[in-house]
Amino acid sequence: MIEARGLSKRYGDKVAVDDLTFAVRPGRVTGFLGPNGAGKTTTMRMILGLDRPTAGTVTVNGKPFAAAYSAMREVGALLDAKAVHGGRSAYNHLLCLAETNGLRRSRVDEVIGIVGLEDVARKRSKGFSLGMSQRLGIAAALLGDPDVLMFDEPVNGLDPEGIRWIRLFMRSLAAEGRTVFVSSHLMSEMEHTADHLIVIGRGKLIADCPIAEFTADGTTMATIVKTPDGQLLAKAVTTAGGRLERDANEEFTVRGLSAEQVGALARDHGVLLHYLAPARVSLEEAFMELTADSVEYQAKTGAQR
Amino acid sequence: MTTAAITARTRAVPAAAKRPGLPGTLRSELVKIRSVRSTYWTLLVQVLASIGWAVLDCAGIVSHGIGPDFNPAEASLTGQVALGELIIVVLGALVITSEYSTGMIRTSLAVMPRRGVLYAAKAIVFAAVTLTLSLITSFTSFFVGQAILSGKHYNTTLTQPGVLRAVLLSAAIVTVFGLLAYGAGALVRHTAGAITSILGVIFLIPALAQALPNSWYADVVRWLPGGQALSPIARSASPLSPHLFSAWGQFAVFSGYAVVLLALGAWSFIRRDA
Repeated sequence: MIEARGLSKRYGDKVAVDDLTFAVRPGRVTGFLGPNGAGKTTTMRMILGLDRPTAGTVTVNGKPFAAAYSAMREVGALLDAKAVHGGRSAYNHLLCLAETNGLRRSRVDEVIGIVGLEDVARKRSKGFSLGMSQRLGIAAALLGDPDVLMFDEPVNGLDPEGIRWIRLFMRSLAAEGRTVFVSSHLMSEMEHTADHLIVIGRGKLIADCPIAEFTADGTTMATIVKTPDGQLLAKAVTTAGGRLERDANEEFTVRGLSAEQVGALARDHGVLLHYLAPARVSLEEAFMELTADSVEYQAKTGAQR
Repeated sequence: MTTAAITARTRAVPAAAKRPGLPGTLRSELVKIRSVRSTYWTLLVQVLASIGWAVLDCAGIVSHGIGPDFNPAEASLTGQVALGELIIVVLGALVITSEYSTGMIRTSLAVMPRRGVLYAAKAIVFAAVTLTLSLITSFTSFFVGQAILSGKHYNTTLTQPGVLRAVLLSAAIVTVFGLLAYGAGALVRHTAGAITSILGVIFLIPALAQALPNSWYADVVRWLPGGQALSPIARSASPLSPHLFSAWGQFAVFSGYAVVLLALGAWSFIRRDA
């Protein structure tokens, strides 16, 4: 269990993390979603005590991580797969980590087996592909058999097979009752792995909810309508506070109103409907909508559209 | 729900009987230092350079004859101190700056968040490895040098006054040089920066001090960080001798600088964001 209260981090004038309060609970995969530069990595660094919060606190299993009795048993983290000394073999890298917490040497071989790096364990990690480095990082995170696992963008650079492997793996870790906290800037990735979402943008908390709720709750509600009476409908929808977009000649998308409301409006204003259907907003769209205002560097074309 | 779910899992790693601390971290640092090539390269160069210098120096003396300041122990140990220290400075800096340059520091602190413990363990392992090797180098340089000097009976023995002390101190001085670099490395977190600043201080300050009027120089020379590092070895006929502390005293002054830098490094290591 990870708990942040009023967590903030500033670098000079720049606010990286702004008053975050959230809890990451055990037994499920919690996705940590936000565009690049939203403050996900900084938050994770503060959880690990690498960075000192400017304000607020963050605890792991009730205590600051630095006060943990046995760090490796409490938290396993993969922040950056390349954060290893490239001149050291994978085995020696894991061994030096295991020694700090007095873990038995056979545990090193076990985690090498779990991530499937047996063939290259004695090779210097400098020559590893990003996928192999990710696996090494995951092996390091697993060494202490921790209650809490934290992965920062773990699928970056992985091939499809590796991505599938890591998704299943994170789910199985959560199923064992562990706390799994995984960041990504890709909504599509979260759809496949997360049970719960914490969404941030520009360091601020945007949403903290089950993934299903995130989709249903996304501020956008869209209804697809086919009608020859487009102008009539547009007037009615606008008056009712919705928006109407023309998709094709007689096809429209209504936003900001429920399908039921659109149907009732059509009846009240004598609009002939050929077709009416609520559109399920994809997570990606919901995410885009939620974070649109908080993307730090927005592409010009996107802004003008 | 939480507790039930977690106890249902069979733990692959048993609870630690004691809170992980210095002993495990020392073992970890020993694995780190012995598992990268840069350690072997720097130490090998240190050994070869020190002994090689001793051979050349002593052979030169045998063929050219001795001057009035001749000190047989010094002749065999100068290489170790003058050259070995430069190499050990590199290793001392690398031990800590490579953690930052590779990003390994994030992983190291994630498994040992007690920063003071990690900082101390790194320094202790580095000092122990360096001191051990430097002692071997000192004694080897000394015996090789004396064997060459014995050709003209210029040689001395460990039982002569101050000779054993010179051999031991030359190893200790090299180690302290390395610790200075370690402290600087923790402070600036940059390999080249740490090495340059240490060498700058060690060579530049004494050189600048020599520009002082003679009477002033005589007053400050015993407090200088570097130039007189050799003085504990060359005790014989230096004109500066009246202005210096004893050999051990001079070593203590030098070590004082290392203590200050190690303390500053510790402060930086513990307080600053990693």
